[in-house]
Amino acid sequence: MDISERTVGVGAGAAQTGDAVSAKDMATEDMVLNIGPQHPSTHGVLRLRLRLDGEQIVSAEPIVGYMHRGAEKLFEVRDYRQIVVLANRHDWLSAFANELGVVLAVERMLGMEVPERATWARTLLAELNRVLNHLMFLGSYPLEMGAITPIFYAFTEREYLQAVMEEVSGGRMHYMFNRVGGLKEELPAGWTGRARATVAEVRHGMVRVEEIIHGNEIFRARTRGVGVLTREQILQYGVSGPIARASGVDFDLRRDEPYLAYGELGDVLRVVTRTEGDCHARFSCLLDQVAVSLNLADACLDRLEALPPGPINQRLPKVLKAPEGHVYQWTENPLGLNGYFLVSRGEKTPWRMKLRSASFNNVQVLKELLPGNLVADMIAILGSMFFVVGDIDK
Amino acid sequence: MSTHVLAAEDLSGFGTDPWWLIVIKVLFIFVFLVLSVLLTMWAERRILGRMQLRLGPNRHGPFGLLQGLADGLKLGVKEDLVPKNVDKWVYILAPAAASAPAFISFAIMPFGPQVSIFGHQTHLQLTDLPVAVLLVLAMASMGVYGFVLAGWASGSPFALLGGLRSSAQVISYEIAMALTFVAVFLYAGTLSTSGIVDAQERLWFAVVLIPSFLIYMVTMVGETNRIPFDLPEGEGELVGGYHTEYSSMKFAMFFLAEYVNMSTVCGLSVTLFLGGWRAPAPISTIWPDANTGWWPMLWFIAKFAMVMFIFIWLRAAMPRVRYDQLMKLGWKVLIPVSIVWIIVVATMRALRNAEATTTTWLVVVGAGLAAALVALYLWDRAAEKRREAKETAKEQEFATLKAKPTAGGFPVPPLRAAHYGSAVRDALEAPRPERGTSAKEVTGA
Repeated sequence: MDISERTVGVGAGAAQTGDAVSAKDMATEDMVLNIGPQHPSTHGVLRLRLRLDGEQIVSAEPIVGYMHRGAEKLFEVRDYRQIVVLANRHDWLSAFANELGVVLAVERMLGMEVPERATWARTLLAELNRVLNHLMFLGSYPLEMGAITPIFYAFTEREYLQAVMEEVSGGRMHYMFNRVGGLKEELPAGWTGRARATVAEVRHGMVRVEEIIHGNEIFRARTRGVGVLTREQILQYGVSGPIARASGVDFDLRRDEPYLAYGELGDVLRVVTRTEGDCHARFSCLLDQVAVSLNLADACLDRLEALPPGPINQRLPKVLKAPEGHVYQWTENPLGLNGYFLVSRGEKTPWRMKLRSASFNNVQVLKELLPGNLVADMIAILGSMFFVVGDIDK
Repeated sequence: MSTHVLAAEDLSGFGTDPWWLIVIKVLFIFVFLVLSVLLTMWAERRILGRMQLRLGPNRHGPFGLLQGLADGLKLGVKEDLVPKNVDKWVYILAPAAASAPAFISFAIMPFGPQVSIFGHQTHLQLTDLPVAVLLVLAMASMGVYGFVLAGWASGSPFALLGGLRSSAQVISYEIAMALTFVAVFLYAGTLSTSGIVDAQERLWFAVVLIPSFLIYMVTMVGETNRIPFDLPEGEGELVGGYHTEYSSMKFAMFFLAEYVNMSTVCGLSVTLFLGGWRAPAPISTIWPDANTGWWPMLWFIAKFAMVMFIFIWLRAAMPRVRYDQLMKLGWKVLIPVSIVWIIVVATMRALRNAEATTTTWLVVVGAGLAAALVALYLWDRAAEKRREAKETAKEQEFATLKAKPTAGGFPVPPLRAAHYGSAVRDALEAPRPERGTSAKEVTGA
């Protein structure tokens, strides 16, 4: 019997196994630069393997998985209440929207009707969460380009909003406010008024954020025409959210497959799109989406105040079991499409729950987008892809 | 025809100090620079804090004034890491090579006129040379060695790229900077700093030579690697640039070098363009003694602080430019504009020396304007042609790619593959009902 040893690598790993390195990497004079896993521009532990010719990128490969926490596998051994805790953590900037997808999926499996108050409150909180998420990127993106002031402006506004979210849920980041069948508890007395004041405050503060950076000559020079994503690339890679809309892909689940109360907000919900598909378009998409979300929040507040008092959740059985079957629930998360494919065998835990996260798909396109650009453009492009590493690695 | 007499160069007052006075002056300059670094750091962080809706350091000493000292001490007691694959000698030498020249430039900075120190008449300036300003340029060039060697010796790609960038940047901006000085030399008729300050007795060169002054303000930011030109240490892309691998005192030396360099270019801008130690106009008119004795030091420091504030202000307001944009600005805008401006200044000086008549003036100015118009017209025509050519080339490329998608050498995946035709695509292609009307129907029902 003859024994031979073979080293097999798949995908990103293949290029790093011993033989491949000597065969592929040594033959070239290009410099290999590892951006990450610990690098100031990656917001976490995304790693990019760049091959440089001078300062120009010859090839780029996102290497993901440093923060893989096995969320999908963990879902399988938790009941539907516990899953909410876990699910709101993969994209830590859109915790509310993440919880929402899970409970909507379970509610659909159960055929459960949710009280109207809960639906409107969920819509409101989801939009406030969207603003929180976008403000983060509106601040961090200029920071990556060297402008240090916008992030403080953005975080000032975030602070106001977080106070509102904290009052309602007790959490500043991981709200844990969704329950199957509604929300955890009734909104505090007088909260709607404070929320309304905060929305007005943030709307006012956004002017400041916009003025300092959006029209800046240097900012424009660095983002206009840089990292242009085409409509075809968007569709091929499954890119979604504000990034896709910046390339003219006019797709938003809130309008195209309305969930929660979005069906009734058609006249307030303006889907922000751009056609240029460059970094600047992505940034201004985000900026305009904040304005739209604030309008939506106001509309929700109007509705909530007009609603008669009533329950905000359903009484649940002690053991919550989803019936046998499967369902796919997708929502328009701040960063893009977030979907849960839930397969149940009638037990109190899901048999399988597949998570489709926005950032995972969004960063894949980097491989095609980065080559040919300068290292400095890599920062502009990477920042404009608006990703959360937890959302990539799950 | 008599030649116009420019400011007379009289450096006889320099180089006659006794040794104890020289020691005092050297110590003063050293202390001034170190203090200005500490205070600039403090002021920068406080001002940035105010501009960014936060407080800034306020714990150490009154108003947080001792924060810089605390930071310095902290850096000093940190572990001094020397990575494994560094070129050890160069690695250790580089921080010193970066910070030493920065201090030397200040030797020629005039803080004031002649004063009496312990009965000894002396200038408030360590020394002056017939080529004093060139010394500053030379020292700035020497300082680059520190950055380049640090980048090279660190043995890290980030540091190497940072070092390369900083050398290319400082060298390019130094050319533009030197060209702005030429106009000043033409006007002042001397290269000695005290002579240049004397030449500004009636009018600041910042007013007479506005283009030079503006270009200098841009180049001084480029020269010191500060935002918006802080590419060598752009933390977003190159982590820390040339000093990525440095820690403890060696890192502090780079930090010191950067801030001392800032002080130098600020001092230089005050000396060359903002009237040096002379009191600004309204003060000197009301108070004739403002320019005598020790007072000028106050005016110098006040002007110095104002220029420094511009650095801080820029940092709060600006993002970072891209490397190629920086080079483009330096080589394609600042240097040509400087050269044209020097020609204009030289022509004006020559005409004035020749005591030209009004007609000559008119002819020269008219000819200059006409030449500018013709150049502008030709430039515009050429730009239009280029634009058209680019458009046709683009259309041609589209046509080829449409006929054969792989013609560009790029593997194009099929657009209609089975797994792409999902619900997303259908939703995109399907005609969408007007939202306004459907919303009305919902509320109506």
